[in-house]
Amino acid sequence: MSEIKPTLKQRFDRWMIRHGRVLVIGLPYLWLFLFFLVPFLIVLKISFATAEYAQPPYSALFQWVDEGVNVAINFGNYLFLLSDSLYITAYLNSIRIAAISTVITLLIGYPMAYGIARAKGSTRNLLLMLVILPFWTSFLIRVYAWIGILDREGLINAALMGMHIISEPLIMRQTEFAVYIGIVYTYLPFMILPLYSTLEKMDGSLLEAALDLGCKPWKAFLKITLPLSMPGVLAGSLLVFIPAVGEFVIPELLGGPNTLMIGRTLWNEFFSNRDWPIASSVAIAMLIFLVVPIMYFQHIQGKTEEAGK
Amino acid sequence: MSQGANQQEARECVQSSQPWNDPDAVPFIRFEKVTKKFGDFYAVDDVSLDIYRHELFALLGGSGCGKTTLLRMLAGFEELTDGKIFIDGVDMAGVPPYERPTNMMFQSYALFPHMSVETNVAFGLHQDGYSKSEIKDRVADMLALVQMSKFAKRKPHQLSGGQRQRVALARSLVKQPKVLLLDEPLGALDKKLREQTQFELVNIQEKLGTTFVMVTHDQEEAMTMASRIAVMNEGVIKQKGTPFELYEYPNSRFTANFLGQVNLIEGTLVDDDEKYAIIRSDDIGGDIYIDHAVQGHEGTTLWVALRPERLRLCTEKPEDSAHNCFGGKVEEIGYLGGLSTYHVRLDSGLRIKVSEPNTHRHNEPRYTWEDRVWVTWETGSASVLNQ
Repeated sequence: MSEIKPTLKQRFDRWMIRHGRVLVIGLPYLWLFLFFLVPFLIVLKISFATAEYAQPPYSALFQWVDEGVNVAINFGNYLFLLSDSLYITAYLNSIRIAAISTVITLLIGYPMAYGIARAKGSTRNLLLMLVILPFWTSFLIRVYAWIGILDREGLINAALMGMHIISEPLIMRQTEFAVYIGIVYTYLPFMILPLYSTLEKMDGSLLEAALDLGCKPWKAFLKITLPLSMPGVLAGSLLVFIPAVGEFVIPELLGGPNTLMIGRTLWNEFFSNRDWPIASSVAIAMLIFLVVPIMYFQHIQGKTEEAGK
Repeated sequence: MSQGANQQEARECVQSSQPWNDPDAVPFIRFEKVTKKFGDFYAVDDVSLDIYRHELFALLGGSGCGKTTLLRMLAGFEELTDGKIFIDGVDMAGVPPYERPTNMMFQSYALFPHMSVETNVAFGLHQDGYSKSEIKDRVADMLALVQMSKFAKRKPHQLSGGQRQRVALARSLVKQPKVLLLDEPLGALDKKLREQTQFELVNIQEKLGTTFVMVTHDQEEAMTMASRIAVMNEGVIKQKGTPFELYEYPNSRFTANFLGQVNLIEGTLVDDDEKYAIIRSDDIGGDIYIDHAVQGHEGTTLWVALRPERLRLCTEKPEDSAHNCFGGKVEEIGYLGGLSTYHVRLDSGLRIKVSEPNTHRHNEPRYTWEDRVWVTWETGSASVLNQ
């Protein structure tokens, strides 16, 4: 009786079959743990500290004193956020601007996604390519380009004045309007792509069935296409809304001094005031503001996806 | 006198159940030289077809034969390249799907996944603005008809394939369309369920009297259900008629082959006298005697179509049969329980298929491999095709 000894490769394959799954799932988790959860905990820790003129510029949370640990948790930063109307205004402003931008992006993105999904093979690929194309240029440069377009001496004003349509240049830059343009422009692909993927998957015979049952085309859209594309609408809206709330570059470059958004406040706390604890608590509060609705949406989305199976 | 009246009555009865044999009958659906091109490809090529009220008409053919395109043109999903379609005397040109008196049952069923069974069925009625109570009643009636009342609140994804099929049927029937279009209605069901559902569909059709136009690739399904069948190939109708006519009197090798099993034997017409037409075939190595008139003159190439179940096998050469008797060896046996099929290699080298019902229980099979057998058939069993 001789036992067949597995070769090294066979042993490796068998090991992979048994443990491969853990490896595949484990790596991204490890990544997220190291580069998301750990920094988050550091920020959380700082948010409970007190600002100091020191290196680093905040007090230590845990101090080894004699034979024990001295824990000094400071909730003052969060209370301060509540007491100063600046922060609450900035939060509300951010949410308002992000929400309006999301709605505008949805209104523009939906017809585009619909058109792409209904286009024929090669045209469809070309259109998708065009949607993704702007990503090949740096985001910063594209926002700077908008300065050139919207500025007092920018392209639009030059063109309109050149054609004698206006005599005074329009003030477009450094307004909320410019912020909307910037956000909608930047985040449009994030709306189009998930919408496209749900619309493209939709069974065309459903629309035909609706027409066949006496439903006019626009009504069939409202009753069949729109409800069935809700997962895409939600996914796209979240992808636009979440980063738009914390957006810093666009309001900084295109917005005026009055465009108060939380991203800018955060920046100021960190770099102008050098108050790391306050800045950290602003960041944590924003996270909590956002995580709750996201979890709610994902819960709904999970339900509808289950129903769609 | 009264006998004459009876005959008249009988004839009228035949005519009302077979309107296609009545020259005065008005067709309910009329395809007039209908052509549909996709690019350079003729999906449907100059098809003319009349379908009568209360018919269950089947368009039969393989994939890509144009049957589905024809159905979709009837529903209004495809524009005609040329020709006209009339439903109940009205030209359908430019009439959108949502204004046509047709409803369609889709192959995929196309149930709205976000609506319950009830809402799916009610969808069509809502479009026509019926009152809430009427919609409720009609939906309930229809769900009862297809035995789905219990599942009214379920969503499509909670139903089995057979149940979805019923909901799709209910949804397409609830508006009482003049014509119900069925695209491979039973294609997604397993065999047992399909057979059962075939008869249910026919019963429902008879109960409601709606005109059904059905597309299928399954000849058995078409023959079981349809009053008439049009066999299609490459965008044209090769033959139309009752299942009986198509099976017993095919007009081409294509139809003979498509419906059921057939042995096709090529030969030349050598003699056509009052009693027999004689077709000489090198393939079979002899003369085939036919007892009915044959189209063509002496020297014409013809094909003799022989159904396997019309052939008989004997272990010894029968004495009485002077005609149509050929010796050979059993090469393959397929035992199907109810009947057995034999592939017999004739002395000429031609392989011929014979099927015999197993009417008795024997201790062992009647024939076995390599048995010497004789294949015979009656002079009236064969049909002769000239294309």
